[in-house]
Amino acid sequence: MRYTPHTPADQEQMLRALGFSSVDELYRHVPETLRGRAHIDLPDGLNELAVRRRLSALAARNATAADWSFFLGGGIYHHFIPSAVDAIVSRAEFLTSYTPYQPEVSQGTLQALYEYQTLICQLTGMEVSNAAVYDGASAAAEAVLMSRRIQPSKKRRVLVSRALHPQYRQVIATYFKNLTDVTLEEIPFDARGGTDGEKLTAQIDERTMCVVVGYPNFFGVVEDLAPLQAACAKAGAQLITVTTEALALALLKPPGMWGTDIAVGEGQSLGVPMNLGGPAYGFFACQKKFVRSMPGRLVGETVDSDGRRGFVLTLATREQHIRREKATSNICTSQTLCAIASTVYMSLMGKAGLRRLAEVNLARAHDAERKLVEQAQCGRVFDAPFFNEFVIRVKDPGAVLARCAQQKIAAGVALEQWYPELKDCLLICVTEMNEPEEVETLVRAVAR
Amino acid sequence: MSEPSPDKSSSRVAAPRLLFESGSSGRNALQWPAPANKADELLPSALLRGEIAGFPELGELEVLRHFTRLSQRNFSIESEFYPLGSCTMKYNPKINETVARFPGFAQIHPLAGAALLQGALQLLSDLEAMLCEVCGMDAVSLQPSAGAQGELTGLMLIRALLTERGNPRKTIIVPDTAHGTNPASSTLCGYDVVQISSNDKGIIEPAAIEKVMDQDVAAIMITNPNTLGLFEKNIEAIAAVVHAKGGLVYLDGANLNALMGIAKPGHMGVDVLHMNLHKTFSTPHGGGGPGAGPVAVKAALKDFLPTPRIVRQGEGFGLSEDCPKSIGRVRSFFGNFGVLVRAYTYILSLGGDGLENASRMALLNANYIRRNLEDVYHIAYNEPCMHECIFTDKVQHKHGVTTLDLAKRLLDYGFHPPTIYFPLVVSGALMIEPTETETPETLDSFIAAMRAIAEEARDNPELVKTAPHSTPVRRLDEARAARKPILRWEAGQSRSD
Repeated sequence: MRYTPHTPADQEQMLRALGFSSVDELYRHVPETLRGRAHIDLPDGLNELAVRRRLSALAARNATAADWSFFLGGGIYHHFIPSAVDAIVSRAEFLTSYTPYQPEVSQGTLQALYEYQTLICQLTGMEVSNAAVYDGASAAAEAVLMSRRIQPSKKRRVLVSRALHPQYRQVIATYFKNLTDVTLEEIPFDARGGTDGEKLTAQIDERTMCVVVGYPNFFGVVEDLAPLQAACAKAGAQLITVTTEALALALLKPPGMWGTDIAVGEGQSLGVPMNLGGPAYGFFACQKKFVRSMPGRLVGETVDSDGRRGFVLTLATREQHIRREKATSNICTSQTLCAIASTVYMSLMGKAGLRRLAEVNLARAHDAERKLVEQAQCGRVFDAPFFNEFVIRVKDPGAVLARCAQQKIAAGVALEQWYPELKDCLLICVTEMNEPEEVETLVRAVAR
Repeated sequence: MSEPSPDKSSSRVAAPRLLFESGSSGRNALQWPAPANKADELLPSALLRGEIAGFPELGELEVLRHFTRLSQRNFSIESEFYPLGSCTMKYNPKINETVARFPGFAQIHPLAGAALLQGALQLLSDLEAMLCEVCGMDAVSLQPSAGAQGELTGLMLIRALLTERGNPRKTIIVPDTAHGTNPASSTLCGYDVVQISSNDKGIIEPAAIEKVMDQDVAAIMITNPNTLGLFEKNIEAIAAVVHAKGGLVYLDGANLNALMGIAKPGHMGVDVLHMNLHKTFSTPHGGGGPGAGPVAVKAALKDFLPTPRIVRQGEGFGLSEDCPKSIGRVRSFFGNFGVLVRAYTYILSLGGDGLENASRMALLNANYIRRNLEDVYHIAYNEPCMHECIFTDKVQHKHGVTTLDLAKRLLDYGFHPPTIYFPLVVSGALMIEPTETETPETLDSFIAAMRAIAEEARDNPELVKTAPHSTPVRRLDEARAARKPILRWEAGQSRSD
């Protein structure tokens, strides 16, 4: 039988040591009412070749970036991943270890996570980072939960930008459905595509707990955080930034420099394959004074009994296995392997490389946007600064997408499903993976 | 059985420097040609940052060597026996890794639209059906990212159904043996926790539930087998008590690896459960994630499952958001798809018969360890165990040796320790879960090491109390780490060494 090494002789010998004559006797104490009908009615197992063929056939029925041109963003991005990243995270010592509860034999994972925390701090300009959470959307929800722990109970209004990723807004709503002290309200976006600062100023008050904005937002727009931060500071509300395209932070003024209290986002762009949207990881950083209110795992530096530097999981008294119902969160996963992939990726790209890559994204996206407007008669919808995604208006998005699909181009994401007011609009993303010729083909396909 | 001896091979080499302490200004592994336009021609300079201070500047080999050396400072399933209780550290098959990296799974985009994702949607739909069959349930959501998110999702489903019935109620019953996530998830779902005790045999009495069960109780969260490795054999009666008063039964499926082909949660009166695919279904733990925590429900709860739902559409599959009763989304996109692919691959590889055999061999291995150690270590509950067994340090404590010491000494013998000090109801617990993928020879050498350590605890307790002696670092000062947290590297930060 697959992966169970026991021969009949092994079993017999082990059973003899136990004083039993059959394996069934090991669970005779399970009630017959359950045992009698527990048979699993699934086909018998397949050998490796058969499994591989079956899964190849399924994989072949998906459109992959390997043979399509992807101009898809919206929270998951098609970026280049150096071979060295997968080589490291395929190592069994990282792949098949558990949460580092025994630090003496987990220094590899612990040091890598400590380095990860440092890189996230450097990238976001924040003071502390945890060892990651599930994804960008749950990170956003956890950030609001954290604000609820920090802010006094008279502050329970949460203002969420309508330009924040729609699925992230849905996840925040789900998390707060049963925590009825908190109310969620939306701040509209303005004609330029950014969060409407005037509306925010009108809506924010002394009962506001926090304001949640995308940076860049769902439309790819780089928000001017200065007026939003000023409004928050005046009202005593916390500013939470949520980044779905983490590569942007290599180029943009980081959330910490804008005075953000909690900076979270999706880390997939930094070395994790698209995987249909998961697994990747959510990054979670904040100002140091809030560290004891943070959710998730934290790795800290210490020394061993011989005085050598070492790393451990720390501040565990925030966590569920100790605090149980009073814990800061129920989370105990840190998507460690994805965070380590990102750590390797950022190390390889390096200070100059990561910035250069962000510049390439910026330039190619702007080039594509200009050509779509000038050569393909697309309408420019917003005029605020953007990074590597932008919104354009076309005559018939369904027809455009279908036409492009015939040429194996996934041209973009129709926005109407989330924004009825953006009926004829597409969200288009251009990265370093889209060579200039590919952009030309896109422009021609859209224009036709 | 070979003579046990401390492993002297792993020398305590100097720790690799941090990424930030190596490299040279201007060095980097990857070169990209400069784009036609500079950033400040395209974006207002007020939005731009300067260089990322402190960021690594390394060559490719430097990076590879750094992380390779780090990896060598880890224990892992493929290098050591890793009998961590309640974690199901079974072999993670290589075929799973190969398949998950197929471009048709790894390089696909969640917003491409159903028409371009038919293979993925079929896989997800098939996996839902397979998990239903294993558990005897009616519907599954694959969206939750991990067990704890599965718990929260499951409780939200319960709350939604009870709300529809007129009253969400106020409390959740949680046994004292439960994982800490159970009460933490209850709080997140807006419920208070009522803790109940297990009996002197380590299981829950229906009478104990009867006493606390009233119209305020929304549900009981029960783990079966429980965290003592014992089958809750009264579970049907407990479910009847809870159902009679209008409550629901949530099963924490962390220990599903003991149940396949032996008992189905759906037959126990369970209304909702979560599974940990990274435990029972062999997906790698990755040093603490990613995992996946699908939630399975009975028909009455199906309409509340997270959206989108995968639905049959003509010959193929589509996505439906048309679920007015749904609790909504609990995370982005489709969950941890790459993990789901691995679990699907595992189920295809083993088949129904293979899954049943896996649970049977898991029980055999656990009982074998238990039998061979019960004369030297105190067994917490003298009852038949399922897939894991719980010892304590009661005998060794007389010599001043604690569970922590025993665990650290095991490292010297080249074994990862069991889960320690959990469940909380057992003083000095050592929770051993060998899993089905270990040979009897491996179990024998682990048993020999545990027996040798028991002797050392009696004859040379100091040796055990100062362990480990052969690991890359020795015992680490956790109190110091928490007192003055240093959570990141900073230039010029005073170093501890």
